Amino acid sequence: MNGFVSRGFTGRRRTPEELADRLPPGQYAESGWPVLTAGPTPDISTDEWSFRIDGMVGQEREWSWEEFHELPSETIPADIHCVTKWSKLGTNFGGVSMDVLLDEAEPLDAYTMVYSYGGYTTNLAIEDLTDGKAWVVTEHEGELLPREHGGPARLLVPHLYFWKSAKWVQGLRVMDHEEPGFWESNGYHIRGDPWKEERYWTD
Amino acid sequence: MDGLISEPLTPVAQKAPGHWLIGTVTSIKQETPRVKTFRIELPMWMPHLPGQHYDVRLTAPDGYRAQRSYSIASSPIDEGEIELTIDRLEDGEVSPYFHNVLVEGDQVEVRGPFASYFVWRGEKPVLLVGGGSGVVPLMAILRHRRRTMPDLLMRLVYSVRNAEDVIYSDELGDDAVLTFTREPPEGWSGHRGRIDDGLIAEAGIDDGIAFVCGSNGFVEAASELLLEAGYDPRQIRTERFGPTG
Repeated sequence: MNGFVSRGFTGRRRTPEELADRLPPGQYAESGWPVLTAGPTPDISTDEWSFRIDGMVGQEREWSWEEFHELPSETIPADIHCVTKWSKLGTNFGGVSMDVLLDEAEPLDAYTMVYSYGGYTTNLAIEDLTDGKAWVVTEHEGELLPREHGGPARLLVPHLYFWKSAKWVQGLRVMDHEEPGFWESNGYHIRGDPWKEERYWTD
Repeated sequence: MDGLISEPLTPVAQKAPGHWLIGTVTSIKQETPRVKTFRIELPMWMPHLPGQHYDVRLTAPDGYRAQRSYSIASSPIDEGEIELTIDRLEDGEVSPYFHNVLVEGDQVEVRGPFASYFVWRGEKPVLLVGGGSGVVPLMAILRHRRRTMPDLLMRLVYSVRNAEDVIYSDELGDDAVLTFTREPPEGWSGHRGRIDDGLIAEAGIDDGIAFVCGSNGFVEAASELLLEAGYDPRQIRTERFGPTG
């Protein structure tokens, strides 16, 4: 396959040089924010929303919307990369670091399944959720996170493809083994590192 | 002579998708002013599930590459080839290349088939709801049903802007209900305007599985109508376009 050139293709949409090194292989920069969801959009009010950590933990924890907002929050500048090839560079979220949440629950094992209102799941290793790599976010560019983008709250794990950043997030279960979540069971890579182009099972 | 009889090995089909293949464009059909269908012959083909997609990769002489995903329009009954129906996006990079540069006989790099959620595995009855070029993966489902299980209850509800925008117009029969949101064909006595509860009711598929594909706004509105019509959210599979230029 090496050496194949598409006859007559020159490339119309090259990324400006100053951004090129922030774009993983096979991705292009998109200024909008496309919506990709497998089913209808759930409607979760902040009254009924809570975030829970359970499974193999020292201490099960659950935060209501009010309790969650008493936790230390931060603004997170991020580049996000969707497996469908678009990337959105330099966008800002507001939320709580997963380090803060996991510290309170004391995970005893290395794997998790993140689950959402509406039934979505995605698997993540504890390693990919700690040391300032993951957040539960409730704001985007200073506004409440829109429902179609996962509001009231979604996971944010910008160093992996964006399907890992579960919308309408409800909780996280710590497990002693790795199990594929929704897209990971439907042909997508178990980890999903965009820099290694881990899109599908066979990548 | 060492007494061994050499028999040809049975060919083994490559089952794992994922390798980039160089396909050959064998035919190009203009479907509408901005939509074309490309038939691509593959050196290592594997059957897809209706609803799956292929990735396409273009490479410039200096190594610059662009990738996009496109839904398969054809039935897996068509061995050795796939059809991709591609909408030309003016500010895109891959779709204008397909429309303006590619000719029959050209080679193109593809890999697939991928993803196994927005796929039809023979469930019934089936309601297909498509907006614009969202009809493409639905057509793969409809075509496969027509050729393998013609008696299975399946209906397509298809929303398009203008008369000239109907993709696969020569294939839409009794199993399809159209609505035109802007300019219907002259003498059109059918539905006009956006998809609504009446149109869903007319399709007459209750208690089935629904596949909805189109722009985000279209999918939101259509799924809402299906929920109101009593569909279980788990029975509604959606696919929304991102920009796929």
